[in-house]
Amino acid sequence: MNARTGIGASLLRKEDLRFVTGRGNYVADIQRPGMAIGVFVRSPHAHARLLSIDTTAAKAMPGVVGIYTGADLDADGVGGLPCAWPVTGKGNTPSKEPVHPALARGKVRHVGDPVAFVVADTMVQAKNAAEAVVVEYEPLPAVVGVLDALKPGATAVFDDIPDNVCVDWEVGDAAATDAAFAKAAHVARLSLVNNRLVGNPMEPRAAVAEHDPSRGSHTLWTTSQFPHIVKLLMGNFVLHLPQHKIRVVSPDVGGGFGVKQFHYAEEAVVTWAAKKALRPVKWVCERSEGFLSDAHGRDHVTEAELALDERGKFLGLRVRTIANMGGYLSTFGPNIPTNLYGLLLAGVYTTPAIYCEVKAVFTNTLPVDAYRGAGRPEATFVLERIVDVAASEMGIDKAEIRRRNMIPPDAYPYKTPVMMEYDSGDPGGCLDRALAAIDWTGFGKRRAESASRGKLRGIGLTTYIEACGLAPSRIATRLGARGGLFESATVRVHPTGDVTVLMGTHSHGQGHETTCSQIVSERLGIPPENIEVVFGDTDRVQFGLGTYGSRSAAVGGSALAKATDKVIVKGRKIAAHMLEASEEDVTFADGRFSVAGTDLSKTFQDVALMAHYPVDYPLEILEPGLEEQAFYDPVNFTFPCGAHIAEVEIDPETGVVSLVDYVAVDDVGTVINPMIVDGQIVGGIVQGVGQALFEDCVYDESSGQLLSGSFMDYCLPRADQFPQITVQTHVTPCTHNALGVKGCGEVGTIASPATVINAVVDALAHLGVNHVDMPASPNRVWRIINDAGFGQTAK
Amino acid sequence: MRTFDYVRPATLPEALSALAASPEARALGGGMSLVPALKLRLAAPSALVDLRGIPELRGIRITDDAIVIGATTTHADVAAHPAILDRLPALAALAGGIGDPQVRNCGTIGGVVANNDPSADYPAALLALGASIETSRGSHAADDFFTGMFETALAPGEIVTAIRFPIPKQAAYEKFKSPASRYALVGVFVAVTAGGVRVAVTGAASCVFRAEMIESALGERLAPESLEGLRFSTDGLNADMHADAPFRAHLIGVLARRAVSKLLATGKVN
Repeated sequence: MNARTGIGASLLRKEDLRFVTGRGNYVADIQRPGMAIGVFVRSPHAHARLLSIDTTAAKAMPGVVGIYTGADLDADGVGGLPCAWPVTGKGNTPSKEPVHPALARGKVRHVGDPVAFVVADTMVQAKNAAEAVVVEYEPLPAVVGVLDALKPGATAVFDDIPDNVCVDWEVGDAAATDAAFAKAAHVARLSLVNNRLVGNPMEPRAAVAEHDPSRGSHTLWTTSQFPHIVKLLMGNFVLHLPQHKIRVVSPDVGGGFGVKQFHYAEEAVVTWAAKKALRPVKWVCERSEGFLSDAHGRDHVTEAELALDERGKFLGLRVRTIANMGGYLSTFGPNIPTNLYGLLLAGVYTTPAIYCEVKAVFTNTLPVDAYRGAGRPEATFVLERIVDVAASEMGIDKAEIRRRNMIPPDAYPYKTPVMMEYDSGDPGGCLDRALAAIDWTGFGKRRAESASRGKLRGIGLTTYIEACGLAPSRIATRLGARGGLFESATVRVHPTGDVTVLMGTHSHGQGHETTCSQIVSERLGIPPENIEVVFGDTDRVQFGLGTYGSRSAAVGGSALAKATDKVIVKGRKIAAHMLEASEEDVTFADGRFSVAGTDLSKTFQDVALMAHYPVDYPLEILEPGLEEQAFYDPVNFTFPCGAHIAEVEIDPETGVVSLVDYVAVDDVGTVINPMIVDGQIVGGIVQGVGQALFEDCVYDESSGQLLSGSFMDYCLPRADQFPQITVQTHVTPCTHNALGVKGCGEVGTIASPATVINAVVDALAHLGVNHVDMPASPNRVWRIINDAGFGQTAK
Repeated sequence: MRTFDYVRPATLPEALSALAASPEARALGGGMSLVPALKLRLAAPSALVDLRGIPELRGIRITDDAIVIGATTTHADVAAHPAILDRLPALAALAGGIGDPQVRNCGTIGGVVANNDPSADYPAALLALGASIETSRGSHAADDFFTGMFETALAPGEIVTAIRFPIPKQAAYEKFKSPASRYALVGVFVAVTAGGVRVAVTGAASCVFRAEMIESALGERLAPESLEGLRFSTDGLNADMHADAPFRAHLIGVLARRAVSKLLATGKVN
């Protein structure tokens, strides 16, 4: 049975039947008796003083239940939205945490900043009334780009932070890095931009809240990746509600990508308003509203320098980055461009000296926070781009320069100069397999064939490592986290031997109902259909930190393995009693407890029944029941690594970049479900290629208006733009968790932007190009080709 | 979406009187532009007069020298029509390349023509082929019909009933899709008609226009080489995050050459 349903089986996803037949239950599907509809009034200005809000006419409109502003929240003592992961910068200076009111007070700081909440019987009534709310603004100059935010005399987003700097952070050894550059034979230099992105999960955010006056309790249904943390942050810091009076439910959630991993203003306002209005209240974000209210991702401006010796060995790396925080701090804002970025700059290389400075700055744009990969794609982009620049300048093959600098397989555990200690990995093995899979040496022939059709072909390579499985609480709290990052699982065995698993992680597309079932099936020897996996309800699940940072298998799965093993331990005690054997002689395999050396055995179901029907049971030494819980805190991050190679073809007449081949060889640790891992990696690659070629969140530099505010202008990748992607796994198990898993959720987005841009640059290298900013759009690529005087001649 | 009345007349006179009843009433074709505008509250008509219940507005007629397409005929019907595939394949290909299957199965030619979106495909075909727009009041030549961004020669309350396309000797359409919306960032329709070569460009400016420089170059010699070295002015061309004006000007040349190559490669001369 285990070969088919346990770890390593490509089991079809249990959850898909309900998803593909329209039977999922999403927040927008929730209906409550007497439910009213809420609509937010949002700022049309990027930066303005909020002079007055007149709701008189709007309140008199048909169906209006209530209209609430920041003043109403203040009157109830509602607090600001907290930052859960501040960081400490140079000179022990903590990151600035300006108040982030749930409804704007005093000023609005980005287009879409919520200023009022209108609740009415119907959506049309709420929208009509929202249009009748009169808000008087005094527009102020807006600061949009990170470089502008740092200019002397720049507009201050917060009056008491005149330089717009949230934190000036550093990692590594500046003096050692300077010394490395002083003895360098060659220094490669690169300035680059990591383009701003909008996450756009398929399901927009939504919230439904209800207050039960009889018990004084609150229920919030929300599209969250971590309902327990919403409960904690909203209850403790914003609404000041006792934890035992709050229930947060995240039912089926249609994609997250980090966007749904923050505590948002809308969740708190809807929960507060449901009590105020004494009506259940529903808010469903529309797509265009999502562009103006979801936290955005990336948005870095970076200068990097790599020092090399005459053989191309890396001596030192220096990186200076300015990162956009937006108009307020989102939940994890400051952590992303610092800890999740600078600590990854060693990559898979033995670079002995690294120094990285990051200035995180406020601007009049949406808050910026984690987006699939979160800091690690940005680090990989910097590193893998500058390695390519150095290889080109020194005339070294792109694979060879990586091999010369790679951490040797016998050097693990390997301590980097930027605080990480990699437990395991074989990126060199991944590289060899990737080079073979794409036929690296045969590229010249393919390039010539493309040229015969008038196309420019390029090949790009990336070797990467990332830190996921967030996170060891001991390390994370030292890096600023204001909470633990462990995980928990409960295994509840029913009298029949069927099992309910309660997970603290949350599945919003990843297929946890299947993979968690496989972990239990492997260990207990029962079929997956006898296992129900429950998550996303704080009244059912003990506790949990949720799903992000590729942590669900590595941390949640490890907690589940631990809880399941506890069930087996107790089961052996019960079986020993039933079989009149000593506990030490009872073994458990394939769903059966057996006495070694005899043919005596009891099935798992027999033991489960005895636990619940203890007619002949050693009650004096053993409790009845069969339910175990485990909390698991990892000792280290996990470190997936790998090698990705892309080939692109460019039409020099139009600048269109076509991805024509892509090979990924990843070490994600032990693979629980190869089909799901394949899907995660392909999905991640496609999302990363989206950043490289298509997606761009564009603000008007002077007005701060969001120009790419809908899918008419914000370009998501589509299936017809992709070749068949070859995915292979090259496993070295994680050395410090029970399953040996590392994580696969983000590797695609971490590796693919650099891989694709390396290929684009390779295709254009003969024109003297050493970098192309993302997205490598037709206009941008055509401009480069045209400026090089090439474009008109092709057929 | 605000509230509005919805009427679905069965005859053209009923539709005209429904539109005349309120100055804020709007005719509804496939709704592919109007319905999104309603959802975003960018349009607030008092009533929608759905033209799709009027039988005589739908369907395709072929005469000796023209193809007449009823106003509420969908793009999918045009794309799949055997006679259009045979006599004017460039038009079938254009219709088959609009939007996605949902848009092609709902969107109507009359709706596109009346809306005159600057990046719509059909206006390029109408202008290059010298089509006429038949309406409840008479007929407009395409040359006089598309007057500006989202503006046409239609009078208030006037309903497009059909589009009459004269069958050209040869025709081809090439477009460069906007990466995001997949509307035409630039589209070029080249037609060899009884009256000479006509070339219309959509997507590049605020309104579809004829490219006289290309027409005269191709009039001398119908070959892609005739267009080499031509430089197109950026005056009046659109500029946005997907394409600046020089890129659009460049694409006009590229697409015109490709359209001519395609037109010559098909070898079909009516």
